[in-house]
Amino acid sequence: MRSYGVRGSKIFTERFLAQRIQKLRWIDVLFKSVTLFFALLVPGTLIAIVYALYIGALPAIQKFGWNFLRSSSWDPVASQFGALVPIYGTIVTSAIALAVAVPISFGIALFLTEISPLFLRTPLGTAIELLAGIPSIIYGMWGLFVFAPFLAKNFQPWMHAQLGELPLLGNLFQGPPMGIGMLTAGLILAIMIIPFISSVMRDTFLIIPVMLKESAYGLGATQWEVIWRVVLPFSKQGVAGGIMLGLARALGETMAVTFVIGNAHDLSVSLFSPGSTISSTLANEFTEAVGDLYTASLIELGLILFLITFIILALAKLLLLRLKKREGAFQ
Amino acid sequence: MQMRFFLLASLMLASLAQSAHAASEMTGAGSTFVYPIISKWADAYKKETGNSMNYQSIGSGGGIKQIQSKTVDFGATDMPMKSEDLAKDDLVQFPLINGAVVPVVNIAGVEAGKLKLSGTVLADIFLGKIKKWNDVAIMEMNKGMKLPAQDISVVHRSDGSGTSFIWTNYLSKVSSVWKTKPGEGTAVNWPVGVGGKGNEGVASFVKQIDGSIGYVEYAYAMQNKMSFVQMKNKDGQFVEPNLESFKTAADGGDWATAKDYYLILTDAAGKKSWPIAGSTFILMHKTQENPEQAKHVLGFFQWAYKKGSSMAQELSYVPVPGKVIAMIEKTWKTEIKTKEGKAIALP
Repeated sequence: MRSYGVRGSKIFTERFLAQRIQKLRWIDVLFKSVTLFFALLVPGTLIAIVYALYIGALPAIQKFGWNFLRSSSWDPVASQFGALVPIYGTIVTSAIALAVAVPISFGIALFLTEISPLFLRTPLGTAIELLAGIPSIIYGMWGLFVFAPFLAKNFQPWMHAQLGELPLLGNLFQGPPMGIGMLTAGLILAIMIIPFISSVMRDTFLIIPVMLKESAYGLGATQWEVIWRVVLPFSKQGVAGGIMLGLARALGETMAVTFVIGNAHDLSVSLFSPGSTISSTLANEFTEAVGDLYTASLIELGLILFLITFIILALAKLLLLRLKKREGAFQ
Repeated sequence: MQMRFFLLASLMLASLAQSAHAASEMTGAGSTFVYPIISKWADAYKKETGNSMNYQSIGSGGGIKQIQSKTVDFGATDMPMKSEDLAKDDLVQFPLINGAVVPVVNIAGVEAGKLKLSGTVLADIFLGKIKKWNDVAIMEMNKGMKLPAQDISVVHRSDGSGTSFIWTNYLSKVSSVWKTKPGEGTAVNWPVGVGGKGNEGVASFVKQIDGSIGYVEYAYAMQNKMSFVQMKNKDGQFVEPNLESFKTAADGGDWATAKDYYLILTDAAGKKSWPIAGSTFILMHKTQENPEQAKHVLGFFQWAYKKGSSMAQELSYVPVPGKVIAMIEKTWKTEIKTKEGKAIALP
């Protein structure tokens, strides 16, 4: 009787445990597949978007082929479309934005982490982060009503006088100073991406072990030497990441650029002259695009922007990998 | 149990009966140009009848797509559809309201409404052939006026728009060169100039750039006190843009012979008529699957034609002339049918 009871309770416990394990395993599997589903959701959406863009762009791809990338004509009336002008505009404005924003952001991040007195750090940092929260349409309106006239009256005539005579480079600064054009768009973009780049840079500078820096100072390094030899090499990856984040934002920015770039489908070397970017063309023309080929060409522009962003991000990853490898060689 | 079922059924019936009496909701989409007046009308109409109108100003191209896919009761477009395209989608088209486009300039020392231009000169400026304000062609028309030896900066719309369509349609009518090269459309391949987004974009570019010329809707030019231009019309007279000259242009339109109301009021005849005007057109399906809904929509338009004209003029639109309204109502009777082929009874 007793032994039966013991055996009975043992069997009961085993069965109970087995059931529990079964249940837990089941939950485990469920949990795994749910997280897998979430993880696949993003690449799945990505592939779906690319596919949808490709299908939408198909009429234009079939009609124009590779010529779409080479042709600079954009004529909705004759249904002749080429993407050269918007591609050129997208790359030039983003390049201007990076050229201006990277050094400034670097300076901001260094000042905030290394040089600024403590009581200034929080308010200054918050102010810069607030810049990131301003909607892009506000930048566009400010650019159109305040910044463009200012550039036209003060900055552009000066640039034209100082730099316009230079051989070759002077071509960049020709034309009437209207305050509207690729230069203005690039500068507005620079202002927009500074908070992104600088806050990422600041965060990476902040995680550098104090011991490293203190040791360098201890060895008699100057502040500049510490920054150049210790801070920067240690935070290369973060800095590059911040720049990429800014670049990605600059490439895709729509509203602010549309306001100030002048929206002309002309290929012009001068930075003063109006141009267009891929996203500004889309914003301008998508609503009123009538006809399949017109819509398909606009969708193909979207696909191209997607590819440009993808290529740049891939190149950045490759660059980082190579940097890491070289570090390995040093050690 | 049976009692409860009976109660429930009667409740449901009651609520059904109520919803049949309740206000109907109409939907439309398209032209941004008519949005201000349609929303004003919708407001007044709702107060009067209780029926509400939901209009999305997504652009004419979008409006055409929406009515083709039958997601709205009507579409509105600034560029009329050709008869064969209408037939393909079983659509009927009629004008709702007219509007005018005016050239605006920013030249130092030139007062509003003083500069005179002709259509051909305007086309040559927008083609980039006339480059300076003191060009002989401009000086000839403006004897005694001091015009600077300044470069002309052309400003056009960057977004596809009905305003651009009216503008390029006019330039195509007065210049054979314009007709062959850029041509007419809501967006064209502009030979010169910068593009501003929307009327406000063009207006602010013109204000900022010295020596510039652009074009905006009349209401926009008035509200922003912009320096407009006198235009030479088809009869060789110089006219100022105002409601009277717009009305003359609208009255002069030969709607009776225009198939499917395909008529753009540009370069209209008449001594006093303003040459750059156009209409917004409504698109509806010829076969209405829901006659009750169609009745409400046509009722709204009928009300707008009859009682909405003073509201339209307040917003600087030009109402459709009375004789054209009679023609449109006839079109409704003969063209818009139920599935059984009966005409839609107007309220």
